[in-house]
Amino acid sequence: MNILIELVEVLVFPGLAFLVVYALFCEWVDRRAYARLQNRWGPPWFQPFADLIKLAAKEDVVPAGADRAFFTVLPIFDVAAVACAFLYIPVFGARAVFSFSGDIIVVAYLLSLPTLILFLAGWYSNNAFSVLGSMRTVTQLLAYEVPLLLAILGPAMLAGSWSVSDAAVFMRTHPALLPLNVIGFLVSLIALQGKLERVPFDIPEAETEIVAGTFTEYSGRRLALFRLATDMEMVVGAALIANLFLGGTAPVGPVPGFILFLAETLFVVLLLSWIRATCARIRIEQMVAFCWRYLVPAALVQVLIFVVVKGWWLA
Amino acid sequence: MRIPVGPQHPALKEPAHFLFTVDGEVVKDVELRLGYNHRGIEKACESRSYIKCLYLIERICGICSHSHTTCFAQGVEEILGLQIPPRATYIRTIVAELERIHSHLLWVGVAGHEVGFDTLFMYTWRDREVVQDVLEDISGNRVNYAINTIGGVRRDLDRRQIDDMLAAMDVLEARTRYYQKVATTESTFVGRCQGVGVLPTDVARRLCAVGPMARASGVPYDVRRDDPYAAYADMPFDVISVDMCDILGRAVVRVLELYESYKIVRHALKNLPDGPILAKAPRKVPAGEAVAKYEAPRGEDIHYIRANGTEMPERVKVRAPTLANMPSVIESLKGGYVADIPITIASVDPCFSCTDRVVVLRDAGRGDERVMRWEDLQSYAARWHAR
Repeated sequence: MNILIELVEVLVFPGLAFLVVYALFCEWVDRRAYARLQNRWGPPWFQPFADLIKLAAKEDVVPAGADRAFFTVLPIFDVAAVACAFLYIPVFGARAVFSFSGDIIVVAYLLSLPTLILFLAGWYSNNAFSVLGSMRTVTQLLAYEVPLLLAILGPAMLAGSWSVSDAAVFMRTHPALLPLNVIGFLVSLIALQGKLERVPFDIPEAETEIVAGTFTEYSGRRLALFRLATDMEMVVGAALIANLFLGGTAPVGPVPGFILFLAETLFVVLLLSWIRATCARIRIEQMVAFCWRYLVPAALVQVLIFVVVKGWWLA
Repeated sequence: MRIPVGPQHPALKEPAHFLFTVDGEVVKDVELRLGYNHRGIEKACESRSYIKCLYLIERICGICSHSHTTCFAQGVEEILGLQIPPRATYIRTIVAELERIHSHLLWVGVAGHEVGFDTLFMYTWRDREVVQDVLEDISGNRVNYAINTIGGVRRDLDRRQIDDMLAAMDVLEARTRYYQKVATTESTFVGRCQGVGVLPTDVARRLCAVGPMARASGVPYDVRRDDPYAAYADMPFDVISVDMCDILGRAVVRVLELYESYKIVRHALKNLPDGPILAKAPRKVPAGEAVAKYEAPRGEDIHYIRANGTEMPERVKVRAPTLANMPSVIESLKGGYVADIPITIASVDPCFSCTDRVVVLRDAGRGDERVMRWEDLQSYAARWHAR
């Protein structure tokens, strides 16, 4: 019986099925908000679903020079890695489906896997645009990953635990500390934008420069999986930020907490769309310089604040 | 590594082929190939009457259609020795400036799109509809206005149209102030444009850059002032020139030129002379030749016309501004980043279909040309498809 419940949790709610549906919904929110900010109407609510179905039904071409095995496996790995990461983040109730001490490292690892998968996908496509895109993907990883980890580290340090659930529980039982976390929130928001490869950090798939970067040779089902994985990654990232910086599911019971969780993730998604609508794409070296010159010091200041808080206030 | 850009590429809306030799993210060398969209308009003009030529020439470019017809009509009128009525020159000037406004607004949007700033693109193209509506109101068409004819213009302006146009200029000027602010202060946009695609003043002079490309490099050349045509001699305007030499400079020149265009349109509308709009032109043009110059939104447009006393021209030659700017864009691409390729190409506001001509490939080893007759082409196509 226990196994059955766990299976439902992993596959249906709050696991895979919920994640897919919510990811597509968030894509719609993102596209709609982006369109409204540009004085357009944007698509109807079912557009991401329709796109996914249509793309899955399209012809799927593997170029002659590409590595067929990698070409097929990588999109599946991408979806799997992101879906796994989601299981360690509290969604319904106080704790995540799975949690153990040290799962922050697992989540961080599972969230950097998509980037490496995109690198491999571009590399094995055997196409000049794809290779350029994959090189940019990895260069970008070196820029945003450190500030993102430092920002996530703050709440974990306060809670004295390497578990996302523990850190989330700690933050939500000490709401007075949330305002002190603003720098970490902003840093992680910007780093997440880089991780999701969206404007101003959509350098690896810059349409006007390198066609679609990594995805240039992808089509049909495989491309649909990649796009789905990117949407899911946005939700996982937003959920992580909501839990660590915005109060997460809050101690108000599972259902109101869940509603609060949805509101917070949508707020993060809206902020991401707003960044996307107000910037031009920067160059890769500008991106790296920006991350190391501003984001990393900001994240370090946040860590310093928490060291002081933990030393004097909470001691 | 060699990266091809074009003939099919998302950054290019028209076919052209750039082959980049890159070292990491830095461009080392560029090769350009044009000729994918040659339509044989010059040759086709030789078998059409002058009036029909005008409609064909209008279709050289979708954006500066009025530029080409005015240029052609001026050349023919020069051979005829025809003086066109003042009201017609004013209307030509007004339409020319409206065309410049819509072309420059279009460019600002395209520049935004090339650097991934799609919001700017959506905004400018929305506001461009204001001037498109004005053009549709006075000519019946959004592009290819067909307002010119040999000896004058085909449609007059009435009081309501003039009032509507003046109101539209106020709307556009307010919006342009906003774009000026965005283009010069939005840090990501400035970061992508400042110091990029540099074309120093002496190089711009040596390579004969024209239009906003030259004026952004400190070469204040403008046919409207230096060799006035239509009613430009009566118009108060400044030639905008900056010495920033980069893409930001080209954006600044175009945005500031918008204000000058609003000024010209307002002045022309308020001082529109009365009288006829058309001088009767004969069907046959006496033997003679003429070179007409015109400041199109993209720079100096040159038409050469040779008449032989019949109803049809003997030779028509078009030098669109994009062709004049191609050597400059090649120069400004070298040494830049791969990421800056699209915005650098876009910074000349290229119009490849205006520019395209037949490219004859020489055998690199022997240097001889290959002549292909129509039958050769047919059999070549048959062989190619049979593969």
